[in-house]
Amino acid sequence: MRRARFVVVLLAVAGAVACGKKQPPVVRPIPPPVSTATGTPSRPPGPPEPVAEPTVVPPEPVRDDAIASASLDDLNRNSPLKPVFFEYDSDELTPEALRTLDDNAGLLKRYSSWSVTIEGHCDERGTAEYNLALGERRAVAARAYLVSLGIPADRLRTVSYGKEFPFDPGHDEAAFKKNRRAHFVITAK
Amino acid sequence: MKRIFLTLSLAALVASIHAQQPPPTQPPAAPPQQPSDVATTITGDNGAPPRLAVPDFIAVSNDAESVAIAKTLGQVLFEDLMFEREFLLIPRDVYATIPAATSMNDVPFDRWRELNADGLVVGTVEKAACTAPATGTCLKVDARLFSVRTHQSAFAKEYTGSAANPRVFAHQISDEFHQTLRGLRGVARTRLTFASDRDGERMTGTIEQRGVKEIYISDYDGERQTRVTVGRTLNITPTWSPDGRSIAYTSYRRGPGNIFISNIFQATLEELTKNAGENWLPAWSPDGKRIAFSSTRSGGSAQLYVMDRDGSNVRRLTNDRWINTTPTWAPSGTVIAFVSDRTGAPQIYTISADGLGAPQRVTTSENYADRPAWSPAPFNELAYTARTGPGNDIKVVDMATRQVRQLTFGEGTNESPTWAANGRHLAFMSTRSGKSQIFTISRTGQNLRQITKSGNNYQPDWSK
Repeated sequence: MRRARFVVVLLAVAGAVACGKKQPPVVRPIPPPVSTATGTPSRPPGPPEPVAEPTVVPPEPVRDDAIASASLDDLNRNSPLKPVFFEYDSDELTPEALRTLDDNAGLLKRYSSWSVTIEGHCDERGTAEYNLALGERRAVAARAYLVSLGIPADRLRTVSYGKEFPFDPGHDEAAFKKNRRAHFVITAK
Repeated sequence: MKRIFLTLSLAALVASIHAQQPPPTQPPAAPPQQPSDVATTITGDNGAPPRLAVPDFIAVSNDAESVAIAKTLGQVLFEDLMFEREFLLIPRDVYATIPAATSMNDVPFDRWRELNADGLVVGTVEKAACTAPATGTCLKVDARLFSVRTHQSAFAKEYTGSAANPRVFAHQISDEFHQTLRGLRGVARTRLTFASDRDGERMTGTIEQRGVKEIYISDYDGERQTRVTVGRTLNITPTWSPDGRSIAYTSYRRGPGNIFISNIFQATLEELTKNAGENWLPAWSPDGKRIAFSSTRSGGSAQLYVMDRDGSNVRRLTNDRWINTTPTWAPSGTVIAFVSDRTGAPQIYTISADGLGAPQRVTTSENYADRPAWSPAPFNELAYTARTGPGNDIKVVDMATRQVRQLTFGEGTNESPTWAANGRHLAFMSTRSGKSQIFTISRTGQNLRQITKSGNNYQPDWSK
């Protein structure tokens, strides 16, 4: 069922993209692909941007039109949806986590076609088995808050990777901090 | 996938010497094919354990291959017997002073007696014609255990089977020695399964290029490590079916975690949970007919469920807002131990396998406890992982007395205990040598042995 829905979403997005290409660029032309490696983006023609265009590409966030046009892989490599971090052995959303989720909710409202998988991750101190359930609780906590902010539940899937995919392979608190997270992956746009 | 399974099918043929299929719980008590002339037993002096010598077997023909096999049989049998510590084994390096026998008829018993040997293993090996289902080159192995005092045999049996893996002959001889002479179920023919990242493969199509984990199997002594899955994804928490023919595990090949079964001798894959939250940590019931597992299908925290072997007839065991996970069955099949955070940190509880009644807490002196593993009878113990400091250690609680003993002591972190079928050994994961590796240890915390060395290896399960 989920898979079927996912395929439908993909097809819908693909269709929309295909249709868009056939239409003349009336409102906003599709800018050339933005290379994140260069510091001097080419100025696209057309109406002015809603925000002042910076002279150098800032690290975060990427320009709105860059977000709209970037591939999923590029988006996820430097995601505008920020991860949420947790205390040790906890799935409680800290004030900082809530602020991050507020920002993420804003983006998800703006890009209302996005589907997202929220991954739950744990640090290596917990046991591999228990961390599967703990990671899920972290992902579910983040998802529940986003739903409470009005993001449709069917755009937000969860998966727990326990401590299987640490973001930082270190064995100290600095690494553990980075690894206790709910991580956002955009799966369709 | 198919090719891997085919390889394993061949391994299965190799493993089943002489079409012998052990029933699930007990090795066959078949009478020796060549019964000893006189019923005799091997005893040590003054009640001490008997001292055994296990020299190289005798190659009937003198070709290099037969000689190599004869040497392997002696070495592996020595190590197998050493593993159970039922006999005092005279170190092999002192055998060099004793002239090797060339047949059963010229054994220099007097010389072995000088080494204070009570028992002497004499074996012969020769190439032989295969009988179905074995194919290719076959071996005929004759194994005897003589009393060095009386020169009479306490054990004598002939084996024929494929020459593809001579170690299997030694394993079977060891198990039958233990059964015949000590009434003990040996585990030399049991196997381990575990998850490993040793191939260094990366997941495809993800942004992170994350490393995959695949399911492996090996002999109990770490030999013949063989990959089972080719999912190129996260495959973890493997568990043997009680008949040793299937492995259930958690795989993320469909996105979220789901439970799959690889029937490793039949080249088939079964998908038990579909489209219902995440599903992890399968645990076979002792009769192999049901599987307990942990699932988030209810939408809240992970809860315990039981399903039939084919994935049907799913029943929910726990129904609350806490995490309930990591199930393990008591040998009776009527009770399940599991892990819950209902008092804060994870602790171990039991619940009846039908879900009736309230969970009963088991661990009361731990800050954090996970992965219970219920021992086989006659022991009634739970091994588990306990937080003991910066890392974890393996502990065992006696379910009758609730006494706790600790098996590891802060060398690296230690997790995921599993019992050998006779309850005398455990396997677990430890980082004590650097990376995550599988080790075995006796139930009293002795005789540590490293099983894996390649890559990182996790979550062992020991076949029944």
